[in-house]
Amino acid sequence: MIGSSTFTLILQGLLTGAGVTVVVTLVSLLLSLSLGFGLALVRQFAKRRGLHAMIDLYCEIMRNIPALTHLFILYFGLASIGFRLSSMAAAILGLGLIGAAVTCDLFRAGFAALPKGQAEAALAVGFTPSQTILDILTPQAMRLALPSLGNYAVQLLKDTSIVSAIAAPEIMFYARSLVTSSFQTTLIYTMVAVLYLALALPLMQAIRVLETRYGKLKA
Amino acid sequence: MNPLLSVTGLTKSYGPVEVLKGIDFDVAAGEKIALIGPSGSGKSTCLRCLNFLEKPSAGEIHLDGERIGVRLDRPMNDRQLAPQRAEMGMVFQLFNLWPHLSVTENVAIAARKVRGLSAREARELALDMLAKVHMTHRADASPLELSGGQQQRVAIARALAQKPKLMLFDEPTSALDPELVHEVLKVMEELAAEGRTMLIVTHEIAFARDIADRVLFLDGGRIVEQGPARDLILSPREPRTQAFLRQIRH
Ligand SMILES: Nc1ncnc2c1ncn2[C@@H]1O[C@H](COP(=O)(O)OP(=O)(O)O)[C@@H](O)[C@H]1O
Ligand SMILES: [Mg+2]
Repeated sequence: MIGSSTFTLILQGLLTGAGVTVVVTLVSLLLSLSLGFGLALVRQFAKRRGLHAMIDLYCEIMRNIPALTHLFILYFGLASIGFRLSSMAAAILGLGLIGAAVTCDLFRAGFAALPKGQAEAALAVGFTPSQTILDILTPQAMRLALPSLGNYAVQLLKDTSIVSAIAAPEIMFYARSLVTSSFQTTLIYTMVAVLYLALALPLMQAIRVLETRYGKLKA
Repeated sequence: MNPLLSVTGLTKSYGPVEVLKGIDFDVAAGEKIALIGPSGSGKSTCLRCLNFLEKPSAGEIHLDGERIGVRLDRPMNDRQLAPQRAEMGMVFQLFNLWPHLSVTENVAIAARKVRGLSAREARELALDMLAKVHMTHRADASPLELSGGQQQRVAIARALAQKPKLMLFDEPTSALDPELVHEVLKVMEELAAEGRTMLIVTHEIAFARDIADRVLFLDGGRIVEQGPARDLILSPREPRTQAFLRQIRH
């Protein structure tokens, strides 16, 4: 049996970690969405071949190297050359930069799915290319990308668990240290599971609301 | 009087394939021209070259005396072309309405963003244009909720809202269920009666005969025959025109 004070202690620790998980998720989500969208725009619409190659290379690098390796490079690697990031900054930056490669692809798929006639009709009424992209193509591409962006956001929430490896004090970080001090392995990881679920459910709900509000582009 | 639109030596190649082989014609202000011809003869390409959705390989296009797509001997880019394109309304075979905008917004948005009207002015203009195509009752609908004929009428309203000097129609009824063709042709007939300048690619031969002043018959990238609508349709001179018209009436 465990005392209620132990339980409270564990819960407090995990909730503190949950707060950090939420912050890391939201900030790195914001970073990956804005960077990924910018990359997608350039990759999809800029005429410069050199830029295309650079973006493709970036995405390949981000996709084909384990996230943990990226985090270690950002946290330990940069520190060793005198550029020290806090574990939170490294976590957010790392997940954001990796996520940008993911969302770049998702946004691009959204743009690519639009019929050519959408842009042509915009040019025909006298829109400039940037107006066409901004007012006609982007809102539709975003809507098309919404379901897969939602999946990505939930995946990201779960992936934040790896940033405990660079000592960012999120749920798993607290869980491990609480296990070490209290030996309540089953209880703690069950609570961790419930906690992740409790965070994922509102996120999925929010995405579903966005989808019903904006997701409809086909009759 | 100078023609409103003049096309001279219009050529278009895709790689080694020459799709338009030197097209010449004029359109006077207020004139209605039907462009007919077999599938693949280059009708769409010809229309799309006029507003530079396709870049002509050679030839000149002048609208109201202004050279389209070329300034000071240099080709214009899409940003520079925008104001010239705004002078021509274009109606597509597949409507190409923007599904993320309401019907009214589809018609109003260019007035705001291109011509700089206020939101209120643009909305009023849009409602006026929707009235012209008998679509006021669906002003707040999404294009997704409309039938093909209704969508095409909204697309016509969108083009009208540009206050264009010239209307281009690329087979506006070809994608419609047969019972919806009439409502679109009726709207176009009403526009013709207002004295608008219209260039219409169509397979609706009876419609062309009734509302067009002149018909151009395009085949293999060339204008094979042209003339007053009734003459050309009722008594074509060229064997290819005769064969095409016979086939289309089956
Ligand atoms: N983007 C393109 N690339 C290559 N060939 C094209 C392209 N667009 C049209 N064509 C070819 O040009 C010819 C004329 O096409 P089009 O103008 O669409 O004919 P129409 O509208 O009279 O049916 C066709 O043979 C078509 O295959
Ligand atoms: Mg065609």
